[in-house]
Amino acid sequence: MAQRTATIASSVGLHARPAALFVEAASDTGLDVEIARPGEDPVDATSILGVMALGAKHGEEVVLTADGDGADEALDNLVALLSRDLDAE
Amino acid sequence: MAGESTEALLGIGVSGGTAYGPVVKVAPAVRPPANEPATTDPDTALVRVKAAYEKVAADLEERASTSDDTAQQILKATALIARDKGLHKATGKQLVAGLGPATAVDAAVEEYAAQFEALGGYFAERVTDLRDVGSRTIAAVLGVPAPGIPNLVRPSIVLAHDLAPAETATLDPALVAGIVTEAGGRTSHTAILAAQMGIPAVVHCGGALDIPAEAMVALDGDTGQVSIDPSADFVAGMTQRRERRTAALASSAGPGRTSDEHRVALLANIGGVEDAVAAGAQDLEGVGLFRTEFVFLSATSAPTVEEQTSIYRAVFEPFGGRKVVVRTLDAGADKPLSFADLGPEENPALGRRGLRLSAIRPDLLDAQLAALAAAAQETEVDVQVMAPMVATAEEAAWFARRVREHGLPKAGVMIEVPAAALRARQVLADVDFASLGTNDLAQYTMAADRMQGDLADLLDPWQPAVLDVIAAACEGGKDTGKPIGVCGEAGGDPLLALVLVGLGVASLSMVPSKVPVVRYALGRHTLAQCQHVAALARQARTAADARAAVRHAADQDVVEIL
Repeated sequence: MAQRTATIASSVGLHARPAALFVEAASDTGLDVEIARPGEDPVDATSILGVMALGAKHGEEVVLTADGDGADEALDNLVALLSRDLDAE
Repeated sequence: MAGESTEALLGIGVSGGTAYGPVVKVAPAVRPPANEPATTDPDTALVRVKAAYEKVAADLEERASTSDDTAQQILKATALIARDKGLHKATGKQLVAGLGPATAVDAAVEEYAAQFEALGGYFAERVTDLRDVGSRTIAAVLGVPAPGIPNLVRPSIVLAHDLAPAETATLDPALVAGIVTEAGGRTSHTAILAAQMGIPAVVHCGGALDIPAEAMVALDGDTGQVSIDPSADFVAGMTQRRERRTAALASSAGPGRTSDEHRVALLANIGGVEDAVAAGAQDLEGVGLFRTEFVFLSATSAPTVEEQTSIYRAVFEPFGGRKVVVRTLDAGADKPLSFADLGPEENPALGRRGLRLSAIRPDLLDAQLAALAAAAQETEVDVQVMAPMVATAEEAAWFARRVREHGLPKAGVMIEVPAAALRARQVLADVDFASLGTNDLAQYTMAADRMQGDLADLLDPWQPAVLDVIAAACEGGKDTGKPIGVCGEAGGDPLLALVLVGLGVASLSMVPSKVPVVRYALGRHTLAQCQHVAALARQARTAADARAAVRHAADQDVVEIL
């Protein structure tokens, strides 16, 4: 199982537009991707409501996990996405 | 008034112009029936509910495809919620537990709503979208019309109890000829948005929802009159009036002035970069009120000086060498900031808001002033800064000192508190100008909550007591030789604008769509005539008498097009 830690770069946190972009990208991987606050129960990364309900704010860390072929590459791409200020784009 | 109609309702006209067309009612939110039968076959029920979610998502996407950018983003994000696997799973669990389909959708939605509300701030705002999806899905499950504005096929008059921000954002001005709501007041969301989009609107119109669905309606966004199935004569008279109005407004241009060349600057009220770009392109003399709250309310941490500088630069740029009056952060318990929340208050309107919050958190004010100074340096704009919610001369002096320490040349204060109006001479001593916020000034003078639609009559800026308080402030302006402007809704009422100029107001700031009619009204009167109608208004016993007296005494060419 692949795992990565990412820091939320979006100034408004992981909600609204940034959350929508992240969920779309996670769905596009075709894998079962999960996202969690460190040490807490993970939620489905393809669920916009689940992702928003994490309440991850600017500068906070989240843990991504995925299984299957291409999981490492998929997570690297998602980490790169979270490291951009999606709200400013 | 031209002609009589068979039946008429009276509300508050908040966005000028006239409209005539068929009624389209905004369906209210749909709730699950209390007696919905329990689910016995959860698998079949889930298939049905999922189909309803999919229908809602597809409808929203369809609407998104024909909307402009902002509305498109809102609608697409809402469609994503309807397709959410987590929401479907939560609904499935409720079905297994035996809840009926519509009740299960409602329970699943409320589960997420509770989580978002607990997160607060920006997250809590998403609850409206979530509940909207829930209500639409429940309607689809029950086979009843979807809540919200139906798809319009021809220019129509939209009738609603009130409009939600997301609903107003998706209005198509080409198809929405007019808006009538039962709730709301002069400064409600619907009023501000309709005026900005130039759609004639009447709010606080009791009985509007009882208008039959097949009726034709004529509305007058200036007088607040809504006529049901009016006669052809009535509509012709109204249309004629509108044509005269268009012609009259087209005949006036340039800086605001009375017919004897007394200058009164006509300015725009703006609340963001988009407003600035739109107003900057119009024939007006700058900005009399730039509300900066949007920079802060959407942030979860205090925005940096650099972030603020780039926003302010974008707001200033469209105005070239014109002036922009910036109001510093006006937050408080009713507009809480996630990074400067002082906790709930019993009476937020009387609490630690505006400059009072800045006094507790001067770091926020300093960062804002530094950013404004930096942005001002990079543009040609004549930037002036004013503080909200000033009550005393000490507060005014404290603010002016801080503004000047940041190298900004002009400091002013909002006069919204009667105390500041009565002591304007002292309050103005250490600042360069003042601006009357007539909405709050009416609220505090009349002790009537702006958010309480039932008190709209007390909040009327024509209340003679409010005019007396404004007159007191203008006396202070005269004594000190410092200009006093108006940046509340009152400045956009052409007849009241005459009164304000007569009382000594030097500039009028309003929603940009009102500038042409105010310019026309001013240009048809001398300063002495403005002073005369001001005296008439103050002598009146009631707000209605004041309005009637001025209407009677003003130039009838102006009155006829209102």
